[in-house]
Amino acid sequence: MMVKTIANIPVHVNEEGFLTDASEWTREVAGAIASEEGIADLTPEHWRVIDFCRANRTANGKSPTLRQITTGTGLPTKTLFALFPKGPAKKVARIAGLGKPEGCV
Amino acid sequence: MKNLLIIGAGTAGTMLANKLVNKLPGWTVTLVDPEPVHLYQPGYLFIPFGVYKRSDVVRPKSTLLPRSARLIQSRVTALDPERCMVRLDHGQILPYDALVIATGADIDPSQTPGLMSPAWGDSVHTFYSLDGSLALAEKLRTWPGGRLVINVVENPIKCPVAPLEFLMLADAFFRERKMRDKVELVYATPLPAAFTKPKAAQRLGRLLDEKGVKVETEFMIERVEPEASRIVSYDERQVAYDLLVSIPVNAGAAFVGASGLGDELNYVRVDPHTLQSTQFENIFALGDAANAPASKAGSVAHFEVDGFVENFMRYIQCKELKPLFDGHANCFVETGDGRGLLIDFNYDTEPLPGRYPLPVVGPFTLLEESRINHWGKLAFRWIYWNVLLRGLPLPAPTRMSMLGKEKIAS
Repeated sequence: MMVKTIANIPVHVNEEGFLTDASEWTREVAGAIASEEGIADLTPEHWRVIDFCRANRTANGKSPTLRQITTGTGLPTKTLFALFPKGPAKKVARIAGLGKPEGCV
Repeated sequence: MKNLLIIGAGTAGTMLANKLVNKLPGWTVTLVDPEPVHLYQPGYLFIPFGVYKRSDVVRPKSTLLPRSARLIQSRVTALDPERCMVRLDHGQILPYDALVIATGADIDPSQTPGLMSPAWGDSVHTFYSLDGSLALAEKLRTWPGGRLVINVVENPIKCPVAPLEFLMLADAFFRERKMRDKVELVYATPLPAAFTKPKAAQRLGRLLDEKGVKVETEFMIERVEPEASRIVSYDERQVAYDLLVSIPVNAGAAFVGASGLGDELNYVRVDPHTLQSTQFENIFALGDAANAPASKAGSVAHFEVDGFVENFMRYIQCKELKPLFDGHANCFVETGDGRGLLIDFNYDTEPLPGRYPLPVVGPFTLLEESRINHWGKLAFRWIYWNVLLRGLPLPAPTRMSMLGKEKIAS
């Protein structure tokens, strides 16, 4: 775990750049991580997804599954891939300051 | 007399009936299940490789349940939680005082376009059902080789390590048949890596490399194109196959969704530590049917049932439930060539290396390949039929223990 300054805010991140403390997240931090991920502007549709994930994160700070996101926001999976290209599950989790999607091993 | 109704006489339902039946004076125990035979689902993994046959993994349900419990062979078509009753196949209404939903999880290939085509059972297979694993065994017996793709459609799935085990057993199977050079093994997974937990990734990350398995990560399948023999992801990546082994979407029972008790995959919303429905206090869910964020596996059902028996006794005495379930799971992971791993973890602790102490037969090695782990996995089938399902005690703790594990700062 290390401290990284994102959008002038020092936050704790793991070696892959995921926030390890969801409470250090701000909307500015999200914007800065999104640019790192190649998303220049977060549109209201992006925010709909990010806000849903923040509101529905698990007790240990994990992002909801893609199916929970599509069910909860009403956005189809295809749209999620357009909004967050190449792996929305991982990208949304990182931008929303939540843990990376994991299996059991 | 009050009635405890258990829907589903699988791993969780059978264990529960056996453990509770003599503890509930004034209560009758009724089980409802459409299938006359009990399936040993962990055995499906071995069937395609000719290790197990059908008779190794089935037993009549009636021989596994206590005599004093009543088994109704029927499907539940509707549940009315407000009026505490369920409707069966032929319209029969069954009232209950307390309800346990233990209907497990089942595959739903219809959710992936193109998966259920005329190629199903020919170039497209699954080992996540008894019929599927038997058909795949038949296929592999004469398969000349080519590109074998294992695809997990979406998580969560039952026994999340089974696809990895399948790949490692396939590697050994084709080597044994002197045709490994004719087979390309590909693993297409929606996750960012085959092993995602830090300690497991560090210790096991090399395993698939060593076995020559190509891993296609973050592959979220949108459709199968059976005419072109390829799978296509939502971001339009294509993976060609000669033989596709699919792990389709896993979901809970439809009546759970229709009753309003279920989540987006029809798993019953429960408190993760007591397994009580978050909506009705006389409804509980055990095993794969519950949406507790634990693995969907028989060992989890076993650890859940242990604590649940105590909590159910508290429930009928109108006492507050205790948070007795900690997410404990453990499973043997076959790695091929007569070797295996053991992993042991819970809600808060990832799989760690070390030793798993078990009187007489142990210790097993955690996160490390050994022969004893493989024998443990094979011996487990006997234990399952003769000890576990009958509700007899095993010399292993219900809650996860750190005994023998290496404590490593993460």
